[in-house]
Amino acid sequence: MKARIHITLKIGVLDPQGKAIEHALGGLGFGGIDQVRQGKYIEIDLAESDPAKARPALEAMCEKLLANTVIENYEIDLDE
Amino acid sequence: MKSAVIVFPGSNCDRDVQVALRDSAGSEPIMHWHGDANLPDVDLIVVPGGFSYGDYLRSGAMAAHSPVMREVVARANAGVPVLGICNGFQILTEAGLLPGVLMRNAGLKFLCRDVDLRVECTDTVFTRDYIEGQIIRIPIAHNEGNYFADDETLMRLEGERRIAFRYCDAEGNVTAAANPNGSAHNIAGILNEARNVLGMMPHPERLAEAALGGTDGRPMFDGLVEALADAA
Repeated sequence: MKARIHITLKIGVLDPQGKAIEHALGGLGFGGIDQVRQGKYIEIDLAESDPAKARPALEAMCEKLLANTVIENYEIDLDE
Repeated sequence: MKSAVIVFPGSNCDRDVQVALRDSAGSEPIMHWHGDANLPDVDLIVVPGGFSYGDYLRSGAMAAHSPVMREVVARANAGVPVLGICNGFQILTEAGLLPGVLMRNAGLKFLCRDVDLRVECTDTVFTRDYIEGQIIRIPIAHNEGNYFADDETLMRLEGERRIAFRYCDAEGNVTAAANPNGSAHNIAGILNEARNVLGMMPHPERLAEAALGGTDGRPMFDGLVEALADAA
């Protein structure tokens, strides 16, 4: 089973990298962009095939290591 | 005073701290490899600067879960002084010993230069040889030094006088212009609640003897040696 984890900055946390990307896109002539936020994407291949068991394990991984919950949110998608 | 410097793959200020401790203490610190969970009994633990694990995932995130760190956390909770400098500060926040997080510098540039700091409190083993309000000049060298915490945490740090150093101008004014990296409240260094853990982005070990161009970092190591010799 494959897990896809998106880690994003919480609302209100400044994202200077996202800002720089936003400016660069504007400089390239791409209009109509209100905001850019940069995050991380992590894929994990799991031996576990039961989503009910995989999800709590993945949540623990996010809480302990993959995300810093002071500034980041995480979202777990499981291929079932 | 017996001290240990934790060495991670990618540490690069461990030798500088070793020299500073040796000069102040007159004895050799233990250079302790992170993979060895058996940390000897010491009076002081230093988590040095560098790029542990190549800053993978987040600065300090991997090192915070190294075998030795469980022991460092336990010792810190038991009252042993722990000093984290630069990457060491990042590791201590990731390990949960200090609140908040060090984010990417607001200007997105790696900063390597001397900065002015105001000493905000001297009732700690780390800062006892400074004078409250003293302006000291020591270098920063980081890409992720932008201290962030939620408002409640910041108010607590302020209320409990746990901000040890703030970025300031040469006259000691804490201004936005004197803030190199966007840190909340111009924070350069903070203490834990029990005041035995200090994390700071600037490098006192890099200006701890005249040959290096300045000695403003030296009182930190002298003060630690005096305080911990008294305790022993």
